[in-house]
Amino acid sequence: MVILQTPPRDDRCDDYRSMSGKRALLRSGNAAAALLLLGIIAGTGAVLAVAGFDISRAFIALFSGSLGSWYAIGSGTLVRATPLILTGLAVAIAFRAGVLNIGAEGQFLVGAAAGAAMALGVKAPGAIVITLSLAAGAAAGAAWAAIAAVLRSRFHVLEVISTILLNFLAANLLSYLVRGPMQEPTHIYPQTLTIPDAAQLPRLGGATRLHLGFAIAVIACLASWWLIRFTAGGFRLRAVGANPHAARSAGLIDVERVTMRAFLSSGALAGLAGAIEVCGVTYALYENISPGYGYTAIAVALLARLNAAAVIVTGIVFGALEAGGASMQRDAGVPSVVVSVVEAGIILALVVVQRVRISDYGTVSR
Amino acid sequence: MSSTAAAFADATVRTATPLVLAAIGETVVERAGIINIGLEGVILSGAFGALVGATHGGLAGGFLAGAVSGVAVAMLFALFVVKLRCDQIITGTAITLLAVGLTGTLYRGLYGASGAALSIATLSPISIPVLSKIPVVGSGFFEQPAITYGLYFLVPATWWWMYRTHAGLALRAMGESPMAAEAAGIRVDRVRVAAIALGGALGGLAGATLVLAQAGTFAENMSAGRGFVAIAIVVLGRWHPLGVALAALLFGASSALQFLLQAMGLALPYQLFLALPYALTLAALAGVAGRVRAPAALAKVDDE
Repeated sequence: MVILQTPPRDDRCDDYRSMSGKRALLRSGNAAAALLLLGIIAGTGAVLAVAGFDISRAFIALFSGSLGSWYAIGSGTLVRATPLILTGLAVAIAFRAGVLNIGAEGQFLVGAAAGAAMALGVKAPGAIVITLSLAAGAAAGAAWAAIAAVLRSRFHVLEVISTILLNFLAANLLSYLVRGPMQEPTHIYPQTLTIPDAAQLPRLGGATRLHLGFAIAVIACLASWWLIRFTAGGFRLRAVGANPHAARSAGLIDVERVTMRAFLSSGALAGLAGAIEVCGVTYALYENISPGYGYTAIAVALLARLNAAAVIVTGIVFGALEAGGASMQRDAGVPSVVVSVVEAGIILALVVVQRVRISDYGTVSR
Repeated sequence: MSSTAAAFADATVRTATPLVLAAIGETVVERAGIINIGLEGVILSGAFGALVGATHGGLAGGFLAGAVSGVAVAMLFALFVVKLRCDQIITGTAITLLAVGLTGTLYRGLYGASGAALSIATLSPISIPVLSKIPVVGSGFFEQPAITYGLYFLVPATWWWMYRTHAGLALRAMGESPMAAEAAGIRVDRVRVAAIALGGALGGLAGATLVLAQAGTFAENMSAGRGFVAIAIVVLGRWHPLGVALAALLFGASSALQFLLQAMGLALPYQLFLALPYALTLAALAGVAGRVRAPAALAKVDDE
């Protein structure tokens, strides 16, 4: 029955600027969030009902495919969570620095291509070829992000626009590669050969398909969290993201350099995610290798409040959603794209409740 | 060779038509200080709305439903951005994601799991006497569906409204300084909502054009990035209606290049042609973006 309550003190006020009195009702965080979540579930159910699908079967499949068994958790949820954690981390780091990188999708795709090229091309013992493949993926992702980063710093092109355009370029590049130079020798299927056993990421034990990439993703998050929180570089990143003008004038911080680094790191993480997906899950490169991980990553990062460690948790949440969505399509005939509705609902709810602002300073206006 | 040139002109105008529609709408929205990254979702919703409308109410019903769907999605955006003052970029991204999910699910649910190729009658080209007989470009510009001719009025009308009327001045003023505009007695929020609605209607019509004047069917994700390209075109056209129309034609020409190059017998991978317009847009943005100034209040959230 509490309509108005004192807003919880926001200890992250460097991220979220003060709110105006008008929104007092929305500030009662948890109640609003719970209501919104219910609303999202109800809304999605309504969409499915209008489209004429069996809702109960859909929700049962959603659950059993994501959390219904140990196998579903290991082979479904956590395997799907791996690229989401890494791309989510990529987005979180960029947003933290005030860089609107909407291009994780394209960076993921070029990373996957570079990783596959290295895994197929290098004949070496497992540890070496895997290291090379993942490094190639990260480098390709960073290089792809560098295009947008240079366009931003030299030519003042909004990275929101350039990274999205680069996503389409990456998709076309991938399409060309798997139908052209990288296509399997019989030239029947638009995909590469299966990568050799040595290049495949080892499984993490047990009967599931969970692979080393998940551990890499978790470690990357924890390391980033520590770096952002406890190092001078991390402080500069947060300062620039909070207010680049203040960072420049009061903190004598080289804003251009910090944003450039954040942009490249972000691209590298997304590219790494692509290479891990090839070496750990698909074992081959093909066009639809990403069901939009780079876009879901935005929801992952926002739900984590751009906190690198929390990305692990939110990545798993969305991993469960993706895995459940896939099983809905398989078992209940419901198109998995309905998951996008849920994701969009969550982003919209968060943007109201958290008051995340990323385009106030520096980036869009100059 | 002249038939190749005619095909080039025709493809240029055909590609440019939905882009001009969407980009003119976005120009008005951005001049009011709002950037609607959700334009992609607006176009996609317009396309799906047009499919539903056309299966029940024919071509006119299709275009109407397309515009209405576009407005509906745009109003959702306006609710979050104008009323709740949320971040425009994140909201816009979510709106696009929402439209992808909604149209994909509804399409598969209502029109079959396989998404069987549904065929709708399309708007047939109308040949304008005399003008369509102009060599090379005549048929390209004057033998098009009626919606293209609408643009020949819409573009100059938008220019006139924006630069020669008091309302247009008010719109541009709030894009530069909403507080000053508010102080001058302009109801900023109200005008912004109206601008977003107009942008939604035009974006919806752009989607309807894809279905009802070009493809003759709906496909999942058929907007294929046109919303984002339209936003880039607004920058290329320097937030000016005439410039925007020219920029859209430039983009249309770059994607129509494939006809010319194929006619020359160049065996290049088709992905190159698909990618070319995006690459050219990026290059053009790099050439233009540093030298033009966006509306000062663009994408800024103003707390009062």
